[in-house]
Amino acid sequence: MIEMLLDGLSWALLMGGCFFILTGGVGLLRLPGVYARMHAAGILDTLGAGLFLGGLMVQGGLSMVTAKLVLILVFILFTSPTATYALANALYGAGVRPVGRDGRQCETIDKRGKSSKP
Amino acid sequence: MLLSGEFSLDHGLVLGLGIASVILVVLIAVRMDVVDHEGHPIQLTYRFIGYWLWLLVEIVKSSLDVTRRIWSPSLPISPTMYILKAGQPGELGQVIYANSITLTPGTVTVRLDGGDILVHAIAREVGDALAAGEMDRRVARLEASGIKVVERAK
Repeated sequence: MIEMLLDGLSWALLMGGCFFILTGGVGLLRLPGVYARMHAAGILDTLGAGLFLGGLMVQGGLSMVTAKLVLILVFILFTSPTATYALANALYGAGVRPVGRDGRQCETIDKRGKSSKP
Repeated sequence: MLLSGEFSLDHGLVLGLGIASVILVVLIAVRMDVVDHEGHPIQLTYRFIGYWLWLLVEIVKSSLDVTRRIWSPSLPISPTMYILKAGQPGELGQVIYANSITLTPGTVTVRLDGGDILVHAIAREVGDALAAGEMDRRVARLEASGIKVVERAK
């Protein structure tokens, strides 16, 4: 009985993870511009990887496998924002500016809430 | 040991040498005065748990929001850049804030210099919610509590 419940939970987590990974892929294709596509990648390595690894942990039970999966998840959660920031910072430094849906450069809102369009 | 799954204490020589080198390195580091509170902010750990739980809820909420935007046929996005003020006095707090912004889908930190953070948001509503500053205040409180602990320890 417990076995079945755990299996069901694990499958639900795995399917949820699959859905968000698929969403990340679709987002990568649909969103305009490299900055907006990073947001889709953000779904991949938070909810996508989190749910998927969570499902695998339930399959693994209290074992070595689970300990390693926890380590993988922690490393993903620490490194992915750093990598994303490095990518965004390098792009900005190279002069790539984010675009809106029309393909033109999007507006910037400063600290006082004032909007400026390039 | 954790990764190999070997929990036995039979390898006394290897373990002993390992422990000895750890102690040696720590002693040298203390003598060289290169141990600082930024290396690993262990004093923040206790407060971190509450913040992490809050951040986890935020990540799930914003992930669902971005998922909805991606799947809806009209693609309701309005990419916008925001220049925000980081309300944390210390570097550690600003880094935690910038990393939290990036970790939350829908917002990415592009540049952090001084106390100003340049953020790219997937839509105006997402960016405005961030500019309202709840995450900023929470990180500032987290950092303030950490500093107090450090001062008490001194």
